[in-house]
Amino acid sequence: MTPVVQVVAATKAFGANAVLAGIDLAVAEHEAVVLIGASGSGKSTLLRCIDLLEEIDDGDILLDGEVISDPAVNVDAVRRRIGMVFQQFNLFPHLDVLTNITLAPTRVHGTPRAAAEARARELLARFGLAGREREYPDRLSGGQQQRVAIIRALATDPRVLLLDEVTSALDPELVGEVLDLIGELKGDGMTMVIATHEMAFAREVADEICFLHQGAIIESGQPSTLLDDPKAEETRRFLQRIHSKR
Amino acid sequence: MGAAPDRQEVRRQARRSRARRDRATASAATLIVVAALVLAVVLAPGWPSVRQSFLSWDDLRRAFPDILTGFWLDVRMFLATEPIVLVLGLTIALVRVTRAPVLFPVRAAAIAFTDVFRGVPTILVIFGVGFGVPALGFSWLTNDEVILGCTALTLSYSAYVAEVFRAGIVSVHPSQRAGARALGLTAGQTTRFVVLPQAIRRVVPPLLNDFISLQKDVALVSILGPVEAYRQAQIYGSEYFNYTPLLGAAALYLCVTIPLTRITDRLQDRQLARRSTGGAA
Repeated sequence: MTPVVQVVAATKAFGANAVLAGIDLAVAEHEAVVLIGASGSGKSTLLRCIDLLEEIDDGDILLDGEVISDPAVNVDAVRRRIGMVFQQFNLFPHLDVLTNITLAPTRVHGTPRAAAEARARELLARFGLAGREREYPDRLSGGQQQRVAIIRALATDPRVLLLDEVTSALDPELVGEVLDLIGELKGDGMTMVIATHEMAFAREVADEICFLHQGAIIESGQPSTLLDDPKAEETRRFLQRIHSKR
Repeated sequence: MGAAPDRQEVRRQARRSRARRDRATASAATLIVVAALVLAVVLAPGWPSVRQSFLSWDDLRRAFPDILTGFWLDVRMFLATEPIVLVLGLTIALVRVTRAPVLFPVRAAAIAFTDVFRGVPTILVIFGVGFGVPALGFSWLTNDEVILGCTALTLSYSAYVAEVFRAGIVSVHPSQRAGARALGLTAGQTTRFVVLPQAIRRVVPPLLNDFISLQKDVALVSILGPVEAYRQAQIYGSEYFNYTPLLGAAALYLCVTIPLTRITDRLQDRQLARRSTGGAA
């Protein structure tokens, strides 16, 4: 079966600084791949490259078997099929919750307003945000804002959801509600690529975990194998540091 | 909790008496300063003649209807110029922030436009347009001084307002653009639905500042001949050797600019308050 997302020998450098040093990655339908690694290891850049927010220097990125990293590709059309959620939510502060969610469906996908709003309300209700439709983002808690941001990305029915450290900017007591939502999406069979520092969550939700170090995937495998019995020295050291911080 | 209300009452009284003392001090200080200023003016050696030529109630009454008519022209010039300034300014700002290579010549023109018209004194622009354009002798071009004057003001102020808009656009954080593009919005849709609404909200106070400035600068058009409030007062002054009408004209400008200033202050305060409460996360 064709993977939903495939990254082939992708490289990227900012000046002399190699951020991605030959990444290979395949994400099958309904699969959740979790990227772990220290800050600066290339997790965010990889996600941004898949969403074409950054250009790779060499290699290929494929979406449903079709090369999307070609300069001739219409990036807007590609991004319509991918959902991305950011660490800092990036909600639009001048629009209320409902309009944040319906902006892309109505303006980009041509969904009639009534249908887009009905779908947005349904998603809000499902994820515990019923009654918040007319609130503005800065009236919501960080956890609520991030849930709205995820719903906004879901509202266009993307083929794959890219989650870039979506709980890193949250107060510790708000992390759970966002992770629960992502767990539910996993249950729905959503295809996801997730960059995170939450190891317990990674173990729970991941089909595969990739450990990134200096722009390369050093080691990947099932959660239990990689987290409990890492092969590479770098992986071991990273996991030790994470655990000693607790 | 028996003692608590007493202590609260004591504190409240202390606060009240401190407030009363502060008010008394402020009033006394103001009174002393104003009295000193008035005395200084009244005791000045030239005061009798100043009083005669600048504070003559009769002259003011005689000239006021004409000055008011002239001021109405000022207001109309302002009302005609401001909307065009806003549209032109926004257009220039948008051209300057686009990165499309096709638009390079337009972008260069926009930069040249803002550089030139922001760099030249407004009064020179008015001179240039007001006397230069008719000299070209095109029969299809207007010779109306009011229209020419307003055109010059439009050029000058559009350059300022374009920079205000551009500052607003640039101040919207790049993550907003990334958020919009990630949803599949095109560059144009991102600007229209995400960047511009936030940018414009942010620059309302500085824009109002330029409004106030323009409402005064319409008087400069008088160098081309139109008799607006300032010019009318000046004519009256040289006819009757009395300058009270100039003070009358000044008062009329203040009637418009002070309310505008207060609105600007209020908006600015509101924005500051919003920024300090919201957007913490």
